[in-house]
Amino acid sequence: MTLHDLYLLSPELSVAALGMLIILLDMFIGRKRILAVVSVVGLAVPLVFSISLWTELSGDPDGQMVGIFNTLAVDHFSLFFKFLIMGILALIVMSSVEYVSRIKQFKGEYYGLMLFSASGMMLLAATTDLISIYIALELTTLPLVALAAFLGTSRSTEAGIKFLLLSAMSSAVLLYGMTLTYGFTGTTQLVEIFERLGAYSEATVPFGSNALFLGVIMIVAGFGFKIAAVPFQMWAPDVYEGSPTPITAYLSVASKAAGFAIILRVFYIAFGELSLDWAALFAILSVLSMTVGNLVAIAQSNIKRMLAYSTVAHAGFIMIGVAAIAAKVPAEGSGPSAVLFYLVAYAVTNLAAFFAIIAISNRTGSDMISSFAGMGRRAPFLAVILAFALISLLGLPPTAGFMGKLYMFSAAMKSDLAWLVLVGVLNSTISAYYYLKVIRVMYMVEPENEEKIQVAYSPRIAMYIAGLGILVLGLFPNWLMNVAEKAVAILFL
Amino acid sequence: MLSAIVFLPLVGAMVILLFLKDARQIRLWAAAITVVELALTIAAFVIFRTEDYLRVGDMEMVELRNWIPALNIQYHLGVDGLSVPLVLLTGLLGMCAVFASWHVKMRVKEYFMWLLVLQTAVTGVFVSLDFALFFIFWELELLPMYFLISIWGSGRKEYSAMKFLIFTLLGSAFMLVGILALYFSVGTFNMVELQSMSDGAQLIIPAGTIFALLFIAFAVKLPVWPLHTWLPDAHTDAPTAVSVMLAGVLLKMGGYGMIRVGVGMFPSKAQEYAWVLAVIALISVLYGAVVTVKQTDLKRLIAFSSISHMGYVLLGIASVVGMGGAVSSVGLTGAAMQMFTHGTITGLLFLLVGLVYEKAHTRHIPDMGGLAAQMPIIAVAFLVAGLASLGLPGTSGFVSELLIFLGTFPVWGWITALAVFAIVITAGYILWMLQRVFFGPSLSRFASLGDATVLEAVPMVVLIVAIMMVGIYPSIISDVFKLGLEPIIQSLQYVVTP
Repeated sequence: MTLHDLYLLSPELSVAALGMLIILLDMFIGRKRILAVVSVVGLAVPLVFSISLWTELSGDPDGQMVGIFNTLAVDHFSLFFKFLIMGILALIVMSSVEYVSRIKQFKGEYYGLMLFSASGMMLLAATTDLISIYIALELTTLPLVALAAFLGTSRSTEAGIKFLLLSAMSSAVLLYGMTLTYGFTGTTQLVEIFERLGAYSEATVPFGSNALFLGVIMIVAGFGFKIAAVPFQMWAPDVYEGSPTPITAYLSVASKAAGFAIILRVFYIAFGELSLDWAALFAILSVLSMTVGNLVAIAQSNIKRMLAYSTVAHAGFIMIGVAAIAAKVPAEGSGPSAVLFYLVAYAVTNLAAFFAIIAISNRTGSDMISSFAGMGRRAPFLAVILAFALISLLGLPPTAGFMGKLYMFSAAMKSDLAWLVLVGVLNSTISAYYYLKVIRVMYMVEPENEEKIQVAYSPRIAMYIAGLGILVLGLFPNWLMNVAEKAVAILFL
Repeated sequence: MLSAIVFLPLVGAMVILLFLKDARQIRLWAAAITVVELALTIAAFVIFRTEDYLRVGDMEMVELRNWIPALNIQYHLGVDGLSVPLVLLTGLLGMCAVFASWHVKMRVKEYFMWLLVLQTAVTGVFVSLDFALFFIFWELELLPMYFLISIWGSGRKEYSAMKFLIFTLLGSAFMLVGILALYFSVGTFNMVELQSMSDGAQLIIPAGTIFALLFIAFAVKLPVWPLHTWLPDAHTDAPTAVSVMLAGVLLKMGGYGMIRVGVGMFPSKAQEYAWVLAVIALISVLYGAVVTVKQTDLKRLIAFSSISHMGYVLLGIASVVGMGGAVSSVGLTGAAMQMFTHGTITGLLFLLVGLVYEKAHTRHIPDMGGLAAQMPIIAVAFLVAGLASLGLPGTSGFVSELLIFLGTFPVWGWITALAVFAIVITAGYILWMLQRVFFGPSLSRFASLGDATVLEAVPMVVLIVAIMMVGIYPSIISDVFKLGLEPIIQSLQYVVTP
C-alpha cells in the first residue's frame, strides 16, 4: 500500500472520515441543522479529490489507474458513479433536514450512517476483485439496515429486520456464486477471470460449463437483490414503506445505481466471454421486473409502496441496457452507456418525486395516495414538482425519463432486441395508469382542507435542483450521453 | 419562421403560467397569441404558394440544427405541400378553440395554458422532419389532452381521458419500435432521406412488420375501425374547444402520418397491403355511418360521423395500388383534401354543438326542436356545416369526397361503390338531425334562448369562409397538396413498373 493507493482511495476515505466527523460533532453541537450543513459542505473534499482524479485520468493512455493490489480501479466509470452518488447524497441530506428534526435521538448518526453507506457505494463502483466487491457491498448495506430501522416504530423495525435477514441471505448466495467462479478460474480478479475463461475449454474443466453457469446465476441472484429485480424484489415494498422516507429515496436511487455499477463491471469485464448466456438471463429478469412491477403498482394505495414497485419496474427497464450486449464492439450508444444515463435521469426524477412526497406527508402525516387530494391547490409548487417527476417516470417528453427510455430502447434495438423494446414500451403504457392516478388525485379531487403547505428552505433548493435536472436532461441530454459513453469505454477494452 | 410558428403558443403558455392572474387578461392574451399564430400560418401558406416556391417535392423553410448528436437526432423543421395546409388548419382551429372557450370559468389559467401547449405539440408534429422529433411532439400532445378532457370535460370525463391516453400511448409504443427499427436499418432519423431510402433497404426487422407497427399507431389516431372506440368517448366528454381541436387537427395527425410515413416510406408495402386498407376503410365508413344514425346525443352523433369521414381518408390512401402500373394522384389528393375539409367542417360542427348546448343545456336530440326560431344564426351555420359534411356541391366536403371516389373507383371498384352508399346514410343522419333540432314547432321551454353573440360568431364566420372558399375554388388547397404528394406518387410509379 503506497501513498498513491491512498490517493486513489481518497474520495471514499474522505466520505467515511466526514461520517465520523459528523458523529463526533454530534456530541458537542446542540443545533443539529449544522450537521446537515457540514455534511453537504464537507462533500466538497471528496468532490475535489474526484475532480482531480478525473483530470489526471484524461491524460492517462489506459484510461485507468489501478491500486491496492489490483483490487481498486480509478477510471471514468468509477468516477462517474462517485459523482452521481455524492450528488444524490447531498440532495438527500438537504431534503432530510426537516424530517430529521422530528427524530428524537441519534441525529448525528443518521447523517453519519448515510455517509458510511455512500463510501461503500463509491467503493463498490470501483472494485475489481470479487473479495473487495463483497466487502464494499456489505459496507453499503449494513448502514442502510440501521437507517431503515431508524424510526423505531414497529413498521420501521420490521423494515430493518427484513432488510437485514434478506440481505444476509442474498450475500450468502452471492458468496456461493463467487466461490464457484473462483473454483473454476482460480482467481478473484475480474480481469484474470476473463483471461482464464478465454483459455477455458469444456474438456479441461470438471463438470463443464454448466457448473460455472450455476455460479453466474447465483451472482446474478445476489446482485438482483440489490437492485430489487423480480424475483428478488420481495423485500423492497416493506422496507420502502417502513423506512424513513429520505432513506427510501436513498435506497431507491443510490443503492440501485451502485448495484448496476458493479453488475456492469463484473459481467462486462469478468464474464465477457460468456456474454450471450447471461445477457439472456438479464433479458428475462428485465421482462419479469417490468411487468410484475408495473402490474402490482397499479393496485397500491400507499404512495411509498407504489414507488417501491415502480422502482422494481425501472430496474427492469435498466436491465434492458445490461442485456443489450450484442453491441459490445463500440461504446457509442451501447447498452451500458444507456444504463448510466438512465441511472442519472432516474435519480433526479425519483429524488424530485420523493422530496415532494416528504414535504407533503410531513404535513399531512400520511403516505396514502388519497391524502394527496387537492395538492394542486394546497401546495402548487410541490404538486408541480411531483407531477413533473411522475411524468418523467412515465417517460413522456420533455423530461429526463423520456430521454433515458429513448436512449435505452435505441441501445436495445441496436443489439437486435426488438422484442424487448416492444415489451418495454408496452410496459411504459401500463405504468401511465398508476402514475397518472396520483396526478389525478392532486389536481382533480377536492382537498379535505384548504390549509397551505409550506416548504423549508433547504428542501426547496433540493427540489429546484432535481426538477431542473429533469427538464435539462429532457431538453439537452447530449452532454451527459457523451460523458456516459466515455465512462463505459473501459468496459469495452 | 417555422420555429416561431411552433413555439409561439408555448411561449404564450409560459407567460400565462408565470405572469398572468386575471381571467380576462388570460383570455385576451391567449386570443392575441392565437390570432398572431394564425397570421403566421397564413403567411407561411402564402409564401409557400408564391411562384418561386413551386418546386416539386422540395422542403421549404427548412431549419436544421444538431440537437442530440449522441443519438443522431436533429432539430429539423420544414414544410412541403402536404404539411403546409395542415399547419394552416392548426392555426385556424387553434384560434377558433380559444374563442370557443370564452365562457370557461373554472381554472382559467391552467385551461388556456394547456390549450396553447396542445397547439404547439400538434403544429410540431406537422413540421417535424426528424422522425425522433416527430415522435417527441406526438407524445407531447398527450398530456394537454389528458388534462383538458379530465378537468374541464363533462360526463365520464376521467374515464374518457384515460382511455384516450392509453389508446394513444399503445399506438405510440408500436410507433417507437418502428422508428427505432428504421433508424438502425437505414442510419438516419431524417424523414426526407428515409422517404427515398427505406424501401428496399436491408431492414433489421421485415419491412412489412415495421409498416404494420407504424400503421397501427396512425390507425389509432385517425381512427379506423376497430381501434376507434376511444373517439366517441373522448369527443363527447371533452369541452367544446377540445372537441374542435381533437376532431379538427388531432385526427389529422393520423392521416398525415399514414401518407407521409406509411405510403411515403414504404410505397411497395403500402401497395401490397392496400387491399387491407381498403377493406378496413370500407368497414369504418359504413360502420361509422350506420352507428351515427342511431345516436341521440348531438355531440356523440358528430363524433361517430368523424369515424365514417376518416374512413374516406383511408379509402383514398388505399388507391395507391394504382391501375395497370400507373398510379394517379387523384385518390391521395382527395385523402389529403378530406383531412383539411373535415377539419374545418367538423370543427365548425363541434363549435356549434357547444353553443347549442350552452344555451339549451341539453344535447339530447329528442328533447330539442324548433331552435331555428330562437337562434337563426346558429341554425344557418349548422345548416352550412351539415350540408358540407354530407358533401353538397359548392362546399368543400363535396370536392374532397369526389376526388376520393374518382381516385379509388378505378382501383377498388366494388369497395368504392359500397362506400358511396355511406353518402346516402350521411345525408340521412345530417338532415334528420337538423330537422329534429332546428326545425319543427318551436318549444316554449326554449322561448327565452338567445342567438350567438358577436364573439361567438367570429370563429363560425372564419370557418364558414374556409369551407366555402375551398368548395368554390378547391385548387387553392389542392394544388399545394398535389405538390407535396408528387414525390410520393413518383415513388409509387417506380415500384409498380414491371
